[in-house]
Amino acid sequence: MNKKIIATTSLAGCFGCHMSILDIDERILDLIELVEFDKSPIDDIKKFSRPVDIGIIEGGCCNSENVEILRYFRENCNILVSLGECAIMGGLPAMRNGIPIEECLREAYIDGVTVGENTEKIIPNDKELPILLDKVYPCHEVVKIDYYLPGCPPRADLIWNALYALITGNEMDLPYEVIKFD
Amino acid sequence: MNLQKNSYFCCENNNNANVDEFFKPYLRFMKDLTKKIAARYNNDPTRLMDILLDLHEVQNHVSDDQVDTLAKILNQSGASIRETISFYHFFSMKPLARYNIYLNNSITSVMRDRQSVKEAFEMDCDIEFGQVSEDGQFGLFNTSCIGMNDQDPAAIINGKIFTNLTPYRVHELIKGLKSGQALDDLIYENHGDGNNSDPDVHSMVYNHIRKKSIILKKDYPFYEVLKTKLKDVSPEDVIHKVEASNLRGRGGAGFPTGLKWRFGRKIEGEHKVIICNADEGEPGTFKDRVMLTEYPEMVFEGMVISAYATGADIGLLYLRHEYKYLLKFLNRKLDEMRAIGVLGKKVAGISDFNFDIRIQLGAGAYVCGEESALIESLEGKRGEPRDKPPFPVEKGYLGYPTIVNNVETLATVVKILYHGADWYTGFGTKDSLGTKLLSISGDCKFPGIYEVEWGTSIKEVIEMCGAEEVQAIQVGGPSGMLIGVKDFNNLNSNELMKWYKPSGMMIAEKFFDRRLSYSDLPTGGSIIIFNKHRDLLKDVVMNFMDFFIEESCGSCSTCRNMPFVMKNKLQKILDGHGVRKDIDDLLSWGKTLKASRCGLGQTAGNPILSSIFNFRHLYEQYIQSLTDFDTGFDLEKSIQASAKFTHRKASLHSF
Amino acid sequence: MNQQVKIRIDGQEIITERGKTIVEAARENGVFIPTLCNMPGVKPKGACRICTIKINHRMMTSCTTPVADGMDIENNTDELNDIRKSIIELLFVSGNHFCPACEKSGNCELQALAYRFKMMVPRYPYDFPRKEVDSSSPKIIKEQNRCIACQRCMKTIVDEDGRHFFAYEDRGKDLRVVLDPILGKEITDELAKKAMENCPVGSIIYKELGFHEPIGTRKYDKEPIGSKIES
Repeated sequence: MNKKIIATTSLAGCFGCHMSILDIDERILDLIELVEFDKSPIDDIKKFSRPVDIGIIEGGCCNSENVEILRYFRENCNILVSLGECAIMGGLPAMRNGIPIEECLREAYIDGVTVGENTEKIIPNDKELPILLDKVYPCHEVVKIDYYLPGCPPRADLIWNALYALITGNEMDLPYEVIKFD
Repeated sequence: MNLQKNSYFCCENNNNANVDEFFKPYLRFMKDLTKKIAARYNNDPTRLMDILLDLHEVQNHVSDDQVDTLAKILNQSGASIRETISFYHFFSMKPLARYNIYLNNSITSVMRDRQSVKEAFEMDCDIEFGQVSEDGQFGLFNTSCIGMNDQDPAAIINGKIFTNLTPYRVHELIKGLKSGQALDDLIYENHGDGNNSDPDVHSMVYNHIRKKSIILKKDYPFYEVLKTKLKDVSPEDVIHKVEASNLRGRGGAGFPTGLKWRFGRKIEGEHKVIICNADEGEPGTFKDRVMLTEYPEMVFEGMVISAYATGADIGLLYLRHEYKYLLKFLNRKLDEMRAIGVLGKKVAGISDFNFDIRIQLGAGAYVCGEESALIESLEGKRGEPRDKPPFPVEKGYLGYPTIVNNVETLATVVKILYHGADWYTGFGTKDSLGTKLLSISGDCKFPGIYEVEWGTSIKEVIEMCGAEEVQAIQVGGPSGMLIGVKDFNNLNSNELMKWYKPSGMMIAEKFFDRRLSYSDLPTGGSIIIFNKHRDLLKDVVMNFMDFFIEESCGSCSTCRNMPFVMKNKLQKILDGHGVRKDIDDLLSWGKTLKASRCGLGQTAGNPILSSIFNFRHLYEQYIQSLTDFDTGFDLEKSIQASAKFTHRKASLHSF
Repeated sequence: MNQQVKIRIDGQEIITERGKTIVEAARENGVFIPTLCNMPGVKPKGACRICTIKINHRMMTSCTTPVADGMDIENNTDELNDIRKSIIELLFVSGNHFCPACEKSGNCELQALAYRFKMMVPRYPYDFPRKEVDSSSPKIIKEQNRCIACQRCMKTIVDEDGRHFFAYEDRGKDLRVVLDPILGKEITDELAKKAMENCPVGSIIYKELGFHEPIGTRKYDKEPIGSKIES
């Protein structure tokens, strides 16, 4: 059997979902029998080198770079999976949603109680930096997403079961205990 | 804008001790006023509406301090009082202006250039809508349909109606007010017809009665049934006659009136209540306005007859706040009735028949037109519909058996008793007897009230009111719906149609042969005509959706949230981001609304659903042909605000 | 008068007593009808609409409708379950329900219903409205981001004089349940705890207490909501 090609990325996420992928423990040995990783922080491949079967997205879109990477994934992946609360509904970064971006930036860099010394009252604006979006978008509100695996992080068993089914083409068998939003 | 400095009554939350000292007499005054007004209603929490209305009459808002005072007197929490205040459009917790201008935003108003009227107000008052001017002189507010569709754009200014507004008229009006002219003087320059010139009405509203038939014809002396007939018939006979006439409720739902009365008669109660529902709020309906201006005697007479038939002793007429200008006049009519013995004790000379009527003014909430919400409002609460069962006839106002009838229904009863049921059944069609008052507005030469026999076709309606180049007709107001083209693509129409139980509908040309009747096109009487130049989706449907979003009581999770979600989806389509699935989504999402408690919620999706049914091609023209996926996300747009704030070019990063 | 009535739910015959609501009768007979605003012993007000059932093709709320002899009720049908799921999804998108950061997570009835109805992602776009958090009371926090306006606190948290601590404010989309600022300051420990317990979601939080139950041992970690009724 040809190995399936997998790619992963973390957008506005905390890498917790990636950690949870690693939490499948010894089954990771089974996994590498079944798949090869392409673009992913796990192997540090930066660009897609071939068409990908399954793209796994952690995190929502909080800036322009997130959107572009997400679109890049959509173009190169046959199946896209939103992994974890942030990808599915914005997650904690989306707590800023509903608050105007000006207010957020001012609070973060100038007025907030945790702001250190910023005597010049600078809000970072180097042209190399991605530009923040007006709110944090769930991935499916930007591109088409095929599967959703909720959790913060998603349980390792959920990831394994779902991934195994996608790779082998079997029905997903997801028990009640593994689908959780926290 | 600093209201604190300029407004006479604004004094709470002020930290400045000197100012506190300065305001103390006002604070005391306000507290005493609150106590005095509450005492007027025996400190009865079920009269909270009246207490609040009276407070607004004096000072146009209720302050936090006054809420606390009221809470103490009525033994409730402040939150419970604010619950009622915040529900009603014409109540306010913030000081309003000396002149509060509520400009109607109904579709007929929009069609007659509301925009430039709005701009004229904003320019002359130097504020935007939703604001109060710094000097406290003017406040500008939007408001839902005020029942003046035949003379829109119209506005309510301090309870008085100003119709047929144009920028020119607005300039004159504001100039007059600024120069110190009294509001009343600005009305006198132009009285409406009929009783609108009655000293107690003093309004520039026109009745526009265009067609009279058996109800509107003044072919009998008022109160004649009460004076000469009632004592010779038993309550049973009255009910029997109404049943024989096959009269059905004229509010729109069409429940048999005789049956309702029979239930009411049968159910025992310490008291029984007759309510006349004059909270006509369905956009495009204004027949009750005209009935109450020209035929209040008949409406009240109908209430007395209904009380006699059912054994009721309490009568309430719930008058929508927008028609407050009729209140004094209507109360005078009640006094006249008491003076001649057809109201009060021993009514019409019948020894054990005591019945009196009180008029309860509403405070601006469409949903109060729903009978159980209306009863809640009468009890001083938010106008939230009740769960049924129990029905009002079992357990209504203050728990008493309550019969709620429409203005038109009650007036019709009088004619039926006067002329006989046989006479009445000679009009109309087999399944829909008698006549119906239509409120016709929109794109036609002669908007107004038309009394037509049931069975009249839409084609006749169009000719009657002088409408040309008609594109669509909304029958039954926004909660009505649009039916028609059955061959819509891949959809199973039967499957879909069973979801929609319209109280009326919007129809396309193809169906202009259809007839007004309970079996074909039932209606509460609102007919709005749109000609070929109107944008049905952008203007009409969006306006109707805004109406439902504004007027939802919010109690049901469905109606609180779904109309907004659906409107956003329609906006997405109109913005050019629509894909085929969006239309299917709208149809499917609308089903959830059917789980709502009351008619408002159940029909809140109808503007969209019915326009998809009958004008699907209007949607199709927005649907993108090259893609079947578009969330409406726009990267360029979404980075604009932050790029601007950080002084960056909104150019995209390339990774 | 005969107190016994016979009803059918999805074909299953149930014998119950006059005066009970459909939801009560179902609950006592091992039939689960999902509810959210309903609380045993409290006067129902069909606010959430999740318990919608069908009688004679008419949708009714089972928490407010009393049983009547011969009622034939549709409950566990695709059509009704889809409407229920759609309502749950609506509640998720119209508030800000950040489950990972919520004290009630695992014990939250809204979340539990979402699990039971297998909501992976709501079908509606997220609204992300701006809501306030009211922490003015010394005992409780009213977290408006999570409130679903079910009225449970409004109906059950009342002082000796019958005054309500919680009430609605505004209407329509702006509707919210607010805590009375004066009563909120004096709320007893007992009532504050009761308020938190009665809240089906995490909108009323007792101060200085949170995340006290480890993941895995919470109410809905292992068993779907309604399992107790069905077992």
